[in-house]
Amino acid sequence: MAVAQGSSDVTTLLSREPACTPADGESGAIAPELLVRIHEVMLRSRCLEERLIFMNKQGDGFFWVGGPGEEALNASLGLLVHKGQGPDFDYLHLHYRSTATLLAMGADPMDALRQMKNTATDPYSAGRNFVNHYSVRRWNVVPVSSPIEVQFAMAPGTATANKRAGGRGITIVQGGDAGTAEGDFATCLLWCSRPGHELPCLMIIANNAWGISTLTADQHAEKPIADRCKAFGIKSAVIDGNDAEIAYRELCRAMDYVRTERRPFLLEARVSRLYGHSSASGANHVPDERDCLSLFEDKLEQRQVLTRSAMTDLRAQITQQLLELSKRVRDEPQPRGADIWKHVYADRDRLHEPSPSPSARAGTDLAGTNGTSH
Amino acid sequence: MATLVQAIRLALHVGEERHGVTDVFGQDVGPPLGGVFTQTQGIRTAWNTPLDERGILGMAIGLALAGQRPIAEIQFCDYAFNSIDLMKLAGSMCWSSAGDWNCPMVLMTPVGSGIRGSIYHSHSFDAQATRIAGWKVVVPSNPLDAYGLMLSAIVDPNPVMFLAPKALMRAKAGPGQRIPGEPDDDRLLSKMIDAPLGNRSRWRPRWPDVEDLFVPIGQGHTCREGRDVTVVTYGRMVPVALQAADQAAAEGIDTEVVDLRSLAPYDWERIKASVRKTRRVLFLNEDTEVTNFGEHLLRRTVEELFYELHAAPRLLAGAHVPGIGLADALERASVPQLEQVTAALRDIASQPP
Repeated sequence: MAVAQGSSDVTTLLSREPACTPADGESGAIAPELLVRIHEVMLRSRCLEERLIFMNKQGDGFFWVGGPGEEALNASLGLLVHKGQGPDFDYLHLHYRSTATLLAMGADPMDALRQMKNTATDPYSAGRNFVNHYSVRRWNVVPVSSPIEVQFAMAPGTATANKRAGGRGITIVQGGDAGTAEGDFATCLLWCSRPGHELPCLMIIANNAWGISTLTADQHAEKPIADRCKAFGIKSAVIDGNDAEIAYRELCRAMDYVRTERRPFLLEARVSRLYGHSSASGANHVPDERDCLSLFEDKLEQRQVLTRSAMTDLRAQITQQLLELSKRVRDEPQPRGADIWKHVYADRDRLHEPSPSPSARAGTDLAGTNGTSH
Repeated sequence: MATLVQAIRLALHVGEERHGVTDVFGQDVGPPLGGVFTQTQGIRTAWNTPLDERGILGMAIGLALAGQRPIAEIQFCDYAFNSIDLMKLAGSMCWSSAGDWNCPMVLMTPVGSGIRGSIYHSHSFDAQATRIAGWKVVVPSNPLDAYGLMLSAIVDPNPVMFLAPKALMRAKAGPGQRIPGEPDDDRLLSKMIDAPLGNRSRWRPRWPDVEDLFVPIGQGHTCREGRDVTVVTYGRMVPVALQAADQAAAEGIDTEVVDLRSLAPYDWERIKASVRKTRRVLFLNEDTEVTNFGEHLLRRTVEELFYELHAAPRLLAGAHVPGIGLADALERASVPQLEQVTAALRDIASQPP
């Protein structure tokens, strides 16, 4: 099997380790350098999603689902994560719209392209899962699954481990608004607030007002969703998730509360869904939704943090690099049919072993080594 | 000799003291009750949960992914059906991540009929469990196997379902099935590890110094050798099969009984060798007969051993009805009974080659 390439050039546009600082006290002012960093992640995420959509439309992938419209929230989240492996660090139970979170944490966009093309080198699933279904054990990113809200049932388990570890690591679980109809959402509220056993769990609802093609407002009487926390004594906030500065600042506050108090918090962020639910609904741009990236770029330009031309040039540069990567990914090997029998069972407990980076995993025969057949 | 439920308890104790078990939890699992069958009495890491099966499964998965060693209990398997997609999630964790994650957890749940449990305390879970790939599934038929299978489940890096036949919970170990280190005196063992009735707030168990014993997952046991007919079974039906074999022996039919002990993976080599020897086989279990695990074994027998058979292979299983009725006649009509097993052996043995 051909050996995959390492980190792609797009990754190097940004430094791997973000230098994020909390918002400046009550004023909420965020340093210009950090604003630039947030913008870069948002832009890179948007360009990646657009490339993934193109790939799907031109036949380089069977299905697309992703997060254009959630970049302001998710980029900030990724920059604030206490990243690492094991219960001293944050666990992330994400959903399939969390692209910007992964990129902010340092994920290689090439790996998303690999998963889109379902290559054997896809480090998240070796060609088994849809795009944006991440799994990065070395960063505590639990495998994303298509069933909505199951992550909310698992989150209390990792949060319990966080609490036992005694450090500042927390569990972050994210889903959409429609998913809160599932019982697993109530499970998370209940299990994170058991008297005397409160858990350090940050629940994030990315409320885009839709459940596939159904308006949430037509099905849900509770407004806001965050009000459900009241019955459990869980603190919450409702924010404009399309405003990058608000998202960053409120995430800072929420995470600081959970890290310090070791209690749950729910953040409901109002976001947009700029390309519909998925490729199943066409994945076409929805012009009447608010665009967090466009709003942020206007603000950065007005404040003279970045020039319009600089942002336009950066977008063009990233877009071109992703185009080149999407051509390269076509040359990478596909899984073999016989690979289905690999990893049905684990041959040993790996959870206490260091996990290789996604790019290092992509350089191995993922489906063909160290697995156990049935 | 320990009962099956005492054997489970001893294994849980050994698991938490020597093999890293961090949590034993579920509805009524912690004090004061210690499990509706008393299986978790005195367990140091046992705790009570909300009455939320999905929460129990989710907690177990989360704990496992974070490096803990959880043992979760669903109080009766009848109440596990609302959590099957979470079982699928646990079973796919390693596969879907191409081996990056594994999910070392044990899910134990009582299964089957035989305690007059009516519609929602009598279900079997064999067929459901074996349809969820990525899990290992074990079903003990005696206390020693319960002890050894539980310890193997605890140290396995994969999710393992431990299906405990509730009708056998109070069954005592037979000859040669003493757990290493178990006291010789049954009453002494009971006094040491069975919680007293009434106020238990000050009670603490005195654990015997039992030794490790691992029954390998995937390895069946031939609990009776025979030449004429093979019975392939597991769990509650093992003692029934042995009784039927005794009855058939009086008629000159020499029956071999294979106790699978593990359903996933299962010991096909043992089944194959036995069927090749006797050339006649009965698959026996109490789950409902449509898309039954025994049907899978029967299909594989037909495909791989057809020309070596001297009689049509048979499946004797539960009636495909929505539940086990409470009245005695209803339960007896729903799951295989001793006389039916003996009759099936007689029928299979009498078929001309």
